Amino acid sequence: MATQKTVSTTGNIVVADAMRQCRPDVMAAYPITPQTTIVEEFAAYVAQGRVHTEYITVESEHSAMSACIGASAAGARVMTATSSQGLALMWEELHIASGMRLPIIMANANRALSAPINIHCDHSDAMGARDAGWVMLFAETAQEAYDNTIMATRIGENPDVLLPVMSCLDGFITTHSIDRIDVLDDDTVAGFVGEYVPQNALLDIDQPVTHGAFSGLGGPFFEFKRAQRDAIERSREVIKSVAAEYSELSGRPFGAIETWGMEDAEVAIVVIGSTAGNTRHVARQLRAQGVKAGVVKVRVFRPFPYAELAATLSGVKAVAVMDRAESFGAEGGPLFLEVRSALYDAETRVPIVGYIYGLGGSDVRLDLIERVYADLSDIAAGTAQPGGLVYLGAR
Amino acid sequence: MATLKELTHREDRLEGGHRLCAGCGASIAVRQVLLGAGEDPVVVGCATGCLEVSTTIYPYSSWKTPFIHNAFENSAATVSGVEAAFKGLKAAGKIPADKRIKFVAFGGDGGTYDIGLQSLSGAMERGHDMVYVCYDNGAYMNTGIQRSSATPKGAWATTAQVGVAQQGKQQRRKDLTQIMAAHGIPYVAQASISHWKDLTMKAEKAFAVEGPAFMNVFAPCPRGWRIPYDKTVEVAKAAVQTGFWPLYEVEDGVWRQTVKVHNKKPVEEFLRPQGRFKHLFKPENADLLAEIQADVDRAYAAVLARCEG
Amino acid sequence: MAKWDISRIDEWKGDEFPLGACIPESGNSREYVTGGWRSQRPVRDSEKCTQCLICWIMCPDSAIVVVDEKVTDFKLDHCKGCGVCANECPADAITMVPEGCELPEVK
Repeated sequence: MATQKTVSTTGNIVVADAMRQCRPDVMAAYPITPQTTIVEEFAAYVAQGRVHTEYITVESEHSAMSACIGASAAGARVMTATSSQGLALMWEELHIASGMRLPIIMANANRALSAPINIHCDHSDAMGARDAGWVMLFAETAQEAYDNTIMATRIGENPDVLLPVMSCLDGFITTHSIDRIDVLDDDTVAGFVGEYVPQNALLDIDQPVTHGAFSGLGGPFFEFKRAQRDAIERSREVIKSVAAEYSELSGRPFGAIETWGMEDAEVAIVVIGSTAGNTRHVARQLRAQGVKAGVVKVRVFRPFPYAELAATLSGVKAVAVMDRAESFGAEGGPLFLEVRSALYDAETRVPIVGYIYGLGGSDVRLDLIERVYADLSDIAAGTAQPGGLVYLGAR
Repeated sequence: MATLKELTHREDRLEGGHRLCAGCGASIAVRQVLLGAGEDPVVVGCATGCLEVSTTIYPYSSWKTPFIHNAFENSAATVSGVEAAFKGLKAAGKIPADKRIKFVAFGGDGGTYDIGLQSLSGAMERGHDMVYVCYDNGAYMNTGIQRSSATPKGAWATTAQVGVAQQGKQQRRKDLTQIMAAHGIPYVAQASISHWKDLTMKAEKAFAVEGPAFMNVFAPCPRGWRIPYDKTVEVAKAAVQTGFWPLYEVEDGVWRQTVKVHNKKPVEEFLRPQGRFKHLFKPENADLLAEIQADVDRAYAAVLARCEG
Repeated sequence: MAKWDISRIDEWKGDEFPLGACIPESGNSREYVTGGWRSQRPVRDSEKCTQCLICWIMCPDSAIVVVDEKVTDFKLDHCKGCGVCANECPADAITMVPEGCELPEVK
């Protein structure tokens, strides 16, 4: 294990610090709450001469991602950060970044999408980008946000992957709360992430290449999409090996899903992000009362860990999926749809209920999570049937 | 100031075999701009549009330079990122500090005057060492001749049609060159493919300045303007001679008319050869024609008033 | 600059294509024939031609061959027959003549 220093600071500050340690050549910066302190902190590194990074203060998030694409195609290691409306404004560019196979690293401070305008946490922003071809990591804590940022760099730049990576952390809850975080030293991180070796770099003047060609009129567009699918599938193994290596350095394991109490759980909640901590807390209390409660935290949303989820959930009697995002008109939130799909091939049919919770930062109280487990216990006992989608705690 | 003979020794950076229409003004603009770029390597970016689509139909590229297309509204932001990478990689020691590369972004008027204006404004304000070239053919030609804010008043377009209730586009065109001059960047120029010497001289200056430069290049579209394929350059020349498209530059805030127009001709000489203006010559549109002439006179006088000498 | 062999491109599968739809060779449209679009071809009268090079600078298709500062030929693989060269020639040295049936073979 490498030596580490313990710091007390916010998720955003350690994300900025992790980015600094990864030594990006270019960072595009545009303010949006609650991401802003990431780019502010990085601006301080620039002013202090602590980074070699070319820091571009773009005039919109659309231009942030556009500039990142130009810089990444040029052959640079490129990072940026955004949130909510900013991510939505980038939407077009997210697809172009992945289609051009550019390993841009972006932090996303999860925040609700307008309207009405709201600045607080939910996952609508990231979930709106879930089909954009990015590898998507979610953090429960500031520590995870730090670790994810460093691992994201290695995952995205792996020659078998070469895809952009979005590293999400919950707005305000994780971005702004002060937490205790163990950070690696600069040299260890630099050695871990290594140098980025670009393919077909635009700035290789001796080998002029064309990026962003037109592939309509019967061109091999379909084949390019197939190649993208193959790459994100390969990232599953890459994520595992990067996580194993990182865990040796940091002592902190990382899995596409992380489970608590699932060895013998009868009722389980599947959840993403900071709410996982509250859920474990409730599950622990319920265990003391004899309820066999389990928690499954999804840390990698793309590629989605179907096999892992199916394996861990196959033995339980009832499952709840908590979505901090809507998919209006669908049977449940985005995570629900994925989890239910993961369980389709399970030998026994596991009852599954979808809950929408915490939209726009609405409070995720412990009693709400207790209610979810109570619902599950009723279903497990056969005294209730899974109903439709539940808006947890909404009036 | 290179002569044509001297220019033939430079590399023609746009290869043939692209699929722009016969007589396209955009490729003429690109060739002239890049011939003016000099000997340093050039990285080219391009907004979505005729030029981009027709020159990069996979697996063929007409670009003999490194080339990047990203999307429609962001060629300035994209190239600003490439230029930033050049600086960042130099700072990282991965590119030698004395390496010289030029950066240019192309966009049509739709991609520049309209959807890309914010991206362009931002890139110029940030001071990237890059040239932005708008090839202005006065409409969204790639999607089929829809009006843009560069479309002249009175012009027919598929979204500004001619009928009893309306005679083509009802609004005046936006003066983008002056908007860019208002950015206070080191070099801004308005040029036309018909005046190669003026255009290549301006391109030389634009590429030579340290920091951002903008060129607005008049580049007729035979298809959209309803002119024969061989009249592209001739009509561009008429735009200059009628004062519709004055040729000038703004160098460090100093305005200069680079091609004097002696005996400015009536704007009709620019409009009449073009099918998109044919309705203007009906007797009942005489007032509209007079209004267009007055607009051109006023705009031309305003530019001249700002020019020295 | 290495030549990019695309002779079997129609058989390539996803990962056989260069990454991200990149075209790894510059200017390879030189191999794409647009001369077949042409209905008329330019013919230059070398007696009349003053070698002013206006046709070269105004050609939208980079189809005027210049050797040692002199126009020698047209690249008929690329010339689309627009006639800008003929229209702009100050010496009237270029004439557009109907292409007839002798179109170049389109690859």
